[in-house]
Amino acid sequence: MEPNNNTGIQGANKMPGTGTSDIPQSAVRNPQSFVVLTGNPNSGKTTLFNALTGLRARVGNYAGVTVERKEGKLRGTPEGTDITILDLPGTYSLSPQSLDEQVARDVLFQRLPEVPAPALVVVVVDASNLERNLYFATQVIELGHPTFVALNMMDVAEQNGHLIDTDDLAKALGVPVFPLVASASQGLDELRRAIVQSVKGGTKRVLPRLFCELPEGFGREIDTLAQSLKKSFNQRQTSAHAEALLVLCDEKFLLGSAGYYSDEIKNAVAETRKRLEAAGVDWRSASIEARYARISAMQQAVTTDSGAGQETFSDRVDRIVTHKFWGMVVFIGIMALMFLTIFTVAKWPMDWMQSAVTWFGDKVGAMIPPGDLQSLLVKGVIQGVGAVVVFLPQICLLFLFIGLLEDTGYMARAAFLMDRLMSKVGLHGKSFIPMLSSFACAIPGIMATRTIETPKDRLVTILVAPLMSCSARLPVYALLIASVFPHRAVMASITMLSMYLLGIVVALLMAWLFKKTLLKGGTPMLVMELPPYKRPLVKTVMRHMWDRSKLFLQRAGTVILGICIILWFLATYPKHPEISQKFATEKASLEKSFGEKPTEEQKAQLSSLEIQESGEKLRQSFAGKMGRGLEPFIAPLGFDWKMGIGIISSFAAREVFVSTMSTVYNVADSDDKEAHTKALAQVLREQKKPDGTPVYTTLTSISLMVFYVLALQCVSTVAVVRRETNSWKWPVFQWVYMGVLAWVLAFVTYQGGRLLGLG
Amino acid sequence: MPGPVQPLSSLPLGAAATITEIKVPPEHRGRLLEMGLLTGTTVQLVRFAPMGDPVEIKVRGYNLTLRRNEAELIMVQPK
Repeated sequence: MEPNNNTGIQGANKMPGTGTSDIPQSAVRNPQSFVVLTGNPNSGKTTLFNALTGLRARVGNYAGVTVERKEGKLRGTPEGTDITILDLPGTYSLSPQSLDEQVARDVLFQRLPEVPAPALVVVVVDASNLERNLYFATQVIELGHPTFVALNMMDVAEQNGHLIDTDDLAKALGVPVFPLVASASQGLDELRRAIVQSVKGGTKRVLPRLFCELPEGFGREIDTLAQSLKKSFNQRQTSAHAEALLVLCDEKFLLGSAGYYSDEIKNAVAETRKRLEAAGVDWRSASIEARYARISAMQQAVTTDSGAGQETFSDRVDRIVTHKFWGMVVFIGIMALMFLTIFTVAKWPMDWMQSAVTWFGDKVGAMIPPGDLQSLLVKGVIQGVGAVVVFLPQICLLFLFIGLLEDTGYMARAAFLMDRLMSKVGLHGKSFIPMLSSFACAIPGIMATRTIETPKDRLVTILVAPLMSCSARLPVYALLIASVFPHRAVMASITMLSMYLLGIVVALLMAWLFKKTLLKGGTPMLVMELPPYKRPLVKTVMRHMWDRSKLFLQRAGTVILGICIILWFLATYPKHPEISQKFATEKASLEKSFGEKPTEEQKAQLSSLEIQESGEKLRQSFAGKMGRGLEPFIAPLGFDWKMGIGIISSFAAREVFVSTMSTVYNVADSDDKEAHTKALAQVLREQKKPDGTPVYTTLTSISLMVFYVLALQCVSTVAVVRRETNSWKWPVFQWVYMGVLAWVLAFVTYQGGRLLGLG
Repeated sequence: MPGPVQPLSSLPLGAAATITEIKVPPEHRGRLLEMGLLTGTTVQLVRFAPMGDPVEIKVRGYNLTLRRNEAELIMVQPK
């Protein structure tokens, strides 16, 4: 069926709207040179985008949604030609199943005011998976934009024994086809030249047509509907027939286009469906079947099978990697390697950064006279922000691994292996890696949830991910365990392991509970492609890591800074001149007793005085007062007000608990972390209540650890959840529910333990 | 000699078959169809995941995973 050619699709270009997005409008100064890149997931679209734009892409979000918007300038264009390429999220069809796909569809239908009309659409098609890729490609061609097909992965197709005649394919599709191997930069120059030429010369719009032979009656219905659509949108740029087909055959199309279609159209669609049903036509599947019929014929006509290699390279790899036994061995091995690397390799740069932060703080401290400003900059900003930023190497490494897993194709296998486990609590296999990553740091984990299609499942994963014990909790556990089991390695290990297990169990239970109640929904359907394995491209992986890390710093940066300043204020004010005076007098008298050169012992006495002074000040500060104010609430958990100070201050990052406790208890800091932990643990053990019983009993310490396992004491996580959910509602909810959980379970631990006669 | 019609999930590993009917409810069927699983399409059961679910199949030259309960609703006739 060839619908009417006179579709009036040459409407005026829409001007860029006033939508608010992370990308400034100036990025698309000239809508005439705006090129959109689209295609199936795993078609090598991102690789092509990187190859075309180099390393100058801007990454942001579409207005109001957390869908990544990537834009870059086409590289290697002649002077004066400025072409912007927009990389749309990977899409299987124009009937969206996820937010990503919906955005892609809306851009192609020009429904987003912030995105101008494309001068050209480039559809990336995986040559080694031609049929399924052509499904989407033909849908896009039907829209009537000037369109190119970038036939990528020609090398893989050839290895698999499929030779494709690109000229024949171009004839069949009615648009230019460019054979490519984007990963090896083959065919890029031709494509680039053609893009420039097309944008400059204005490629003719594609002849409107549909790639499916519909039954007679069906075709007429589409014609009628297309006529009504033309009437209600006279400035249209996409083919009315293509739109009519989607509106009619996709149940969710009207739902997902709220406020877009008139009641007239909606009624017409409902009536048409009724008529088709009466005629025995399944309007849901008829067009899909007709399209695949056309594509199969097309594919057979343009492909010559050399018969080589029935079993592909990926098939052979998968025989081991998804094997019942060896698959699990490989999986556990990869995960173990990942964590081992993160904890060993990241340790070096983290130590350097720690020293750099200290050095920088000292330098700034020396430049500015002592006083509030010096204290704010050194103790508030540099040390506070530094405490968070030292985790950056770990975060970067995690992003690197996640990028590697994605780029090689292993990520889908991990979801395949773990799906059974996750579906038990109502989640998707894709939730596994984000949750696992959260053992190192919840931030990359939460940012990695973007691959989860269903918004509810993504949200549940975000809500429970921080329950996994991250590396910032490790120093807290280490200190508390050292204070109760100083010489019992076995008990220490069991306790540590129990804390990790507690986080896992609670996370799974909460995920299950959320799916049953608040975010009700069945276990999402799993229709997931296992893409062929490929060699990861350094550029793609590094870029992924860099983009993500940058986003984290931008997102969390301001919030972290703000919280650090607040925490500094709480720990510094109100000032108590009498404390400073008292210690000044003591120091002066001590210094007077020194000779020309103070002995080591005298120096130690002096620094001990200084430590006592800062401890005294902290105890008298707002933070100290808050700790005391908090005491009635945390006393049932076995905590005193000093631990309250620790809890408040660790909101910047949990490991700050250790340094705060060392100030509270007047323990000198030391470069040797292990020695410092030991010394502090010793001091904790020696703390006595007024009645002479120890403050840090085994039960209190365990209760405190339980609290740290469950409470969301991490400003960076809160900031990232705010950005990833686009509202304050969810991070606040998460903070409260985790806080309640922490309190209740610490209460049960402490009071239950006492009832059992422990502690 | 074509075998009896049976659910996709009960095919022997490695066996190829033709889809005869998709019993998945219409509102969930869309994506399956769009991924190329249609009546008359040839599919091959590749393997089950180590924990018994999901199932991996080959269709139109690529590999796809489905949960067992969806695969049970896809009726096939072995070739």
